[in-house]
Amino acid sequence: MKKANISENKRFDIVNRFVLLLIAVIIVVPIWNIVACSFSSGKSLAEGGFIFWPKEFSFENYKAVMNDNSIWKAYVISVSKTVIGVVTHVFFCSMVAYGLSKKNLMGRKLYTSMGIITLFFSGGMIPTYLLMRQLHLTNRFMIYIIPALFSYYDVVILMNFFRQIPVSLEESAKIDGAGVWKIFLRIIIPLSKPALATIALFNGVYQWNDFMTAKLYITDKALYPVQMKLYEIIVQQSVKNISVGSVVMNTTSKGIQLATIVITTVPILIAYPLLQKHFVSGMMLGAVKE
Amino acid sequence: MSKKKLGFLNRLKKQAGLQSMVIPGVIFMIIFCFMPIYGLSIAFKNYTVVDTMSTAKWVGFDNFLIAFKDKLFWKSVINTLGISFLKLLIGFPIPIILSIMIYEIKDGPFKRIMQTISYLPHFLSWIVLGGMMISWMSTTGMFNEILLSLGVISEPRNILLDADKYWLIAVLSDVWKEAGWGTILYLAAMAGIDTTYYEAAEIDGASRMKQILHITLPLLKTIISLNFILTVSGLLKSNLDQTLVLMNSQNRGKAEVIDSYVYRMGITQGDFSYAAAVGLGVSIVSVILLLTANYFTSKVNEESVL
Repeated sequence: MKKANISENKRFDIVNRFVLLLIAVIIVVPIWNIVACSFSSGKSLAEGGFIFWPKEFSFENYKAVMNDNSIWKAYVISVSKTVIGVVTHVFFCSMVAYGLSKKNLMGRKLYTSMGIITLFFSGGMIPTYLLMRQLHLTNRFMIYIIPALFSYYDVVILMNFFRQIPVSLEESAKIDGAGVWKIFLRIIIPLSKPALATIALFNGVYQWNDFMTAKLYITDKALYPVQMKLYEIIVQQSVKNISVGSVVMNTTSKGIQLATIVITTVPILIAYPLLQKHFVSGMMLGAVKE
Repeated sequence: MSKKKLGFLNRLKKQAGLQSMVIPGVIFMIIFCFMPIYGLSIAFKNYTVVDTMSTAKWVGFDNFLIAFKDKLFWKSVINTLGISFLKLLIGFPIPIILSIMIYEIKDGPFKRIMQTISYLPHFLSWIVLGGMMISWMSTTGMFNEILLSLGVISEPRNILLDADKYWLIAVLSDVWKEAGWGTILYLAAMAGIDTTYYEAAEIDGASRMKQILHITLPLLKTIISLNFILTVSGLLKSNLDQTLVLMNSQNRGKAEVIDSYVYRMGITQGDFSYAAAVGLGVSIVSVILLLTANYFTSKVNEESVL
């Protein structure tokens, strides 16, 4: 009886590991395929017939991307929107969260219930669009920054973190005559690095991957972030595909598309180990955050 | 009275620093969250290009009545529901199964690598993934290559142009992207399970499958119900990023979802009142769905999760 149990245990482990390995293959191989295709020459891309390694290895797609100024401009926009967006978002949210974390704050009940309402209700796409137009934020770089300054989710996460900081630290500073702003900037912020890093990383991924803001509010191509630029390349490509009956393809533009996909994703891959360190704790802090 | 008022002002003055931190957030919420909610009133108005928010004429429920008679609107509802139900059927159980499979491996490099790999697709944007999918499904792409070598098909075809396959493509790509990420919540819940349960079960001779069915799953009941409620309330939500990148002139009939319809009617065609009415109607139905799902799961669970 006991022996049967052990062999059954082993069988379970083997099957389990085998299926998981299969799942890993299903995730990794398609991504690898894109990288392989992006290093393929236009000719072998048109012929196909490979999955893991291009028939004709070539840097021509990356060279074409390098020579395309509009892609690099979009890259610069993406980097600036991510850096400026993250810094301002983290600062703004932690400032509000610090104020709200004080139990004696007047109007605290009102403020927090307003925040909770924003979690559950929103005006939706159209009223928000009309508002941004009225505020003259369309076709401005600031559309990436200002509406993304605040998130009540992040405020709640930070508020919970600030509450765990021992009061004695603040009190001794208070005795020394420091005001709330000084305490916030000199004591609270340096002590909250792990929580701030979690928020910053998630917001950074949001900013980098965000495409809807540009799609909705930006028509000026000089302000396109790289995701929007990539979308434009993809749409142009698929229009070409269909108009020629999907038989012949403009292979160079397909190669450029793939190379752009890869360079768009590289920053995420670089940040991924850091992200992985932080996201489990971030999930726990935010409970059911999406 | 005046003394009390003076005390209030004094307290406020003392709190000036704290208030100066919070007030910007409050102003933000008023402008960027509450103004759009107020802006939903255009759903009951006829807002045209020449109007401002206040000069537009009230038209009552006219916009909603037009939507009810609009065939294209109903088509987008059917597509949204079709994709959402398929997602519920396939995408809901997979993270649960996957997290149990990962939980069943002993801590070690295999488990870590498995988690690293399965979380990764979540961080790709839909535009990047859409571009990848277009490449995989093109006539010379990976999928045709595999299907040809397996002998399933004899002629390579662009799979994305096949409208009948669109729902499945939308659902499977979403599962591929989010299933691994969806395990985090379950794995965190499982980390809290007392391991002595399993030890006791082992002594009683329960197989691993039995342990999963009788210990792990019952202990996950609350978190599964909570997730179920959230999923059901999101049945009418659709993925606009995914739709915009994968939709083409061939598959539009199956790909147009409510959000992309609102986008097209509102942003592209400028019929703001009509699009806002569709959006508002859908969010109201979503709230009803949420409450219904909570009611039924609370019957099953004997206590309300929400």
